[in-house]
Amino acid sequence: MSETITRRLPAWALRTNGAVVLIFLYAPIILLVVFSFSASRIPGQWGGFTSEWYATLFDDSRLQRTISVSVKVALVSTLLATVLGTMSALALERFKFRGRKVVDALLYLPIIIPDVTMAVMMLMFFSQAFDLLDSVFGIGLSKGFATIVVSHVAFNIAFVSVVVRARIAGMDATLEQAASDLYATRWQAFRFVTLPLIAPGVLGGALLAITLSLDDVVVTQFVAGPGSTTLPVYVFSLIRKGVTPTINAVSVIMLVASLILVAGSVGLQRANASRGRQQLRTPGGTS
Amino acid sequence: MSAAVSLRGISKLFDDVTAVDNVDLDIADGEFFALLGPSGCGKTTTLRMIAGLELPSAGSLQIFGEEVGSLPPNKRPVNTVFQNYALFPHMSVADNVAFGLRMRKVPKSEISTRVQEAISLVRMTGMEGRRPNQLSGGQQQRVALARALVNRPKVLLLDEPLAALDLKLRQEMQFELKQLQREVGITFVFVTHDQEEALALSDRIGVMNDGRLLQVGTPEEMYDAPVDRFVADFIGRSNFLKGVLESSDVVCLSNGQRINVPVVETVAVGDDVQVSLRPERVMICQLDAAPSGVTKLSGVVDTETFLGNSVVYRVALDWMTIEVETDHRPDVARHAVGEQVDVWWRDDAVAVVKP
Amino acid sequence: MSVGIAEAKRERSERRRGFLLALPSFAYMVLFFAVPLVIVLVYSFATRTSTGSTALSDWNLDAYRKLGEPIVRNVVVRSVILALVTTVICLVVAYPFAWFCAHQRPTIRNLLLIAVMIPFWTNFLVRNYAWRILLSNGGPISSFTEAIGLGETNILFTKTAVVIGLVYAYLPFMILPLYASIDRLDRRLIEAGRDLYGSGSQTFRRIVLPLTMPGVIAGSILVFVPSMGAYVTPELLGGGKETLLGSYIVTQFLTARNWPVGASLSFVLMAVMLVSTIVYFRSGGKNL
Repeated sequence: MSETITRRLPAWALRTNGAVVLIFLYAPIILLVVFSFSASRIPGQWGGFTSEWYATLFDDSRLQRTISVSVKVALVSTLLATVLGTMSALALERFKFRGRKVVDALLYLPIIIPDVTMAVMMLMFFSQAFDLLDSVFGIGLSKGFATIVVSHVAFNIAFVSVVVRARIAGMDATLEQAASDLYATRWQAFRFVTLPLIAPGVLGGALLAITLSLDDVVVTQFVAGPGSTTLPVYVFSLIRKGVTPTINAVSVIMLVASLILVAGSVGLQRANASRGRQQLRTPGGTS
Repeated sequence: MSAAVSLRGISKLFDDVTAVDNVDLDIADGEFFALLGPSGCGKTTTLRMIAGLELPSAGSLQIFGEEVGSLPPNKRPVNTVFQNYALFPHMSVADNVAFGLRMRKVPKSEISTRVQEAISLVRMTGMEGRRPNQLSGGQQQRVALARALVNRPKVLLLDEPLAALDLKLRQEMQFELKQLQREVGITFVFVTHDQEEALALSDRIGVMNDGRLLQVGTPEEMYDAPVDRFVADFIGRSNFLKGVLESSDVVCLSNGQRINVPVVETVAVGDDVQVSLRPERVMICQLDAAPSGVTKLSGVVDTETFLGNSVVYRVALDWMTIEVETDHRPDVARHAVGEQVDVWWRDDAVAVVKP
Repeated sequence: MSVGIAEAKRERSERRRGFLLALPSFAYMVLFFAVPLVIVLVYSFATRTSTGSTALSDWNLDAYRKLGEPIVRNVVVRSVILALVTTVICLVVAYPFAWFCAHQRPTIRNLLLIAVMIPFWTNFLVRNYAWRILLSNGGPISSFTEAIGLGETNILFTKTAVVIGLVYAYLPFMILPLYASIDRLDRRLIEAGRDLYGSGSQTFRRIVLPLTMPGVIAGSILVFVPSMGAYVTPELLGGGKETLLGSYIVTQFLTARNWPVGASLSFVLMAVMLVSTIVYFRSGGKNL
């Protein structure tokens, strides 16, 4: 089979390349964790084991405020994005309606748009909107928690929608017809058949939205207000001023948090896949 | 007594395509009725219209006298067994079967009794806790049946339910289905593309092609007295001799020869017709003179094919070739290729069909 | 009611249901995405007043004309070159890796692919920061090269550092499409090639490479496009000494206060993305 070609290409070369790539991908993360326990004030140098940098985090109220803002933003924006994204996924996959193509296209744009452009867009939008509200209605609004949430929802709807759509598309469409044949109303069919079957997709989309919200730097930086910064934006500004061991510790915590989310997502993918395998198993064969 | 299902002028259009064209049909109570035809002929669409999954574009649809044509599926007293069974993968067998009862808010105690009954009716007792993905194809089909029958529908609709099963299993399930229908006693409307299946199972068959219902009748009627060339060709095998109807019982074949046929009522005198002649009704043997009531022709054996229990000859007559099928008899000599033979058939063994 | 009317009614109510279901997200996206996008386009035609605010009254193409100026052209050219270098490196590294993956047993293959994806799923900022630590003066890499006698390494705040950071960030985007298209190769074609050409490199050049081209194109676009618009990585690892497109746009808003130019650049960047995405889909990227 393929051994003919790979035997000529030195197998060791391929294996070495593979190992190098994996080391390249994981070494930075591992080293970061290691050095976060280093007592040296110069980041990147080993100065003996210590966990003092983690201890200082508990006293850093500014940091804790940004963590709280990040978490709140993530939860609120994910909730909104998941509901809206699921609704649009259902609409696009199960219904024909006028303007379908427009909605479809509009929901793909946020996935490809560069985050710098998105940040610029939202900034300009809010500045214009606030000017308008001020001059016409006399309402004075400013950037803050709400603007961050609104912006995060704006790009997360699209991601949730893509994930849920994939799940719906993989679902047997005749199941809903069977439910109807068995006296279920539209709502009952949705509640007892559709919803349980797309739930893994909805959860997967929600997890993706949380991750993207917690990760976001540029968009948030542009639309955040003075009192409300998120963790990544705060850390980003700290890093530019200078690297400190405390930042190391914070980074590791962020790393662990995102790894937990990854684990959850991978676990969900497996549940997804095995449920999907169950569904797709075609009838046939011997009794 | 009104028919179980009654269609009058039922049509269905999808954009520009006419899937079902002006169908009139009565299905009797307690009947095992098969809708038979090639894929795309409109049989499944017709079934779905009875179920309510599609709404007709025109016509009237009644179930035991009640007009249901515009009702949604959840308001009709019919249930469907889908081609891929459509069992709910996230529910157990028992929950699947109970679904329709739960949707109609039947009391819990009654639900569990009826579910048990339905499951034992299809001989799946003991499997209540299994999930569909843990069942074989045949078992899934039985659960689908139970799930439909537990609701005591007035009519049960089956959309090619045996198509996904392999041959041996399919034959077993055909037998079981027939038994089941006798036991339960309700009307079964069964869609299939397999003519042998239709012949074996049904009380009556309706053949469809291109959206139109061509003929309805018992299996014997459909086989021995088809009215349409398509029907004659689709069910079993047939030779077709072209000609013109000279009078109600005489056809002038395209080679000029006149043959007697059973009295024809469905075609006008002077119209083009085709005479459908089944290969097994043709005899090969020397006849000095044709007795009355028999038509005799001469030809040359072109090919000879041994099929195990029968032998099929292709005999070249002067203007066309026909197929003749005879039983295989080891003691009787077979006819050789190139041999001059007489072929003959009884005049009443043919059917005159519209071309 | 007659069946024809019922049929039409059901169709209409289906359409209405679908429309209503899609309406909330559609309205949201129009208000908070389409409108902002239009505003960017509008602003790109506006003028920057002397005080640094934006006057929308005089419409002109000044902002776009400014794109032709040397400063901006340099920025764009630098960004494009950097993105190209990143893409090529990713390609060269990822191809053997993807080939290796595709020829393993399914269990190992899946493990490898998950292993590649996991770093990608961790926090983006943290990943860049890790390289900041690694590459810093006195950092581990520098200590390592000192130890083996190569002297100190000061890669931080150079273009090399940025490239390393970008490759690190987007390598999985190159590996996965390549893997997908290598996986689809019909092995018999390769064997036929060996019969015809006899040498591995010829077979590669004439058979394998053309057949895996969709994967190459898809991966290249997936790496090139974000690299061009990158902001965080150049800021953290490049130190802002040589400005790239992402940083340049940001400064237009935060320091230079020239919103029209920032707008026009953002718009151009997005247009490039859009074109690339279309090329990606046309070349069958979606079918990988």
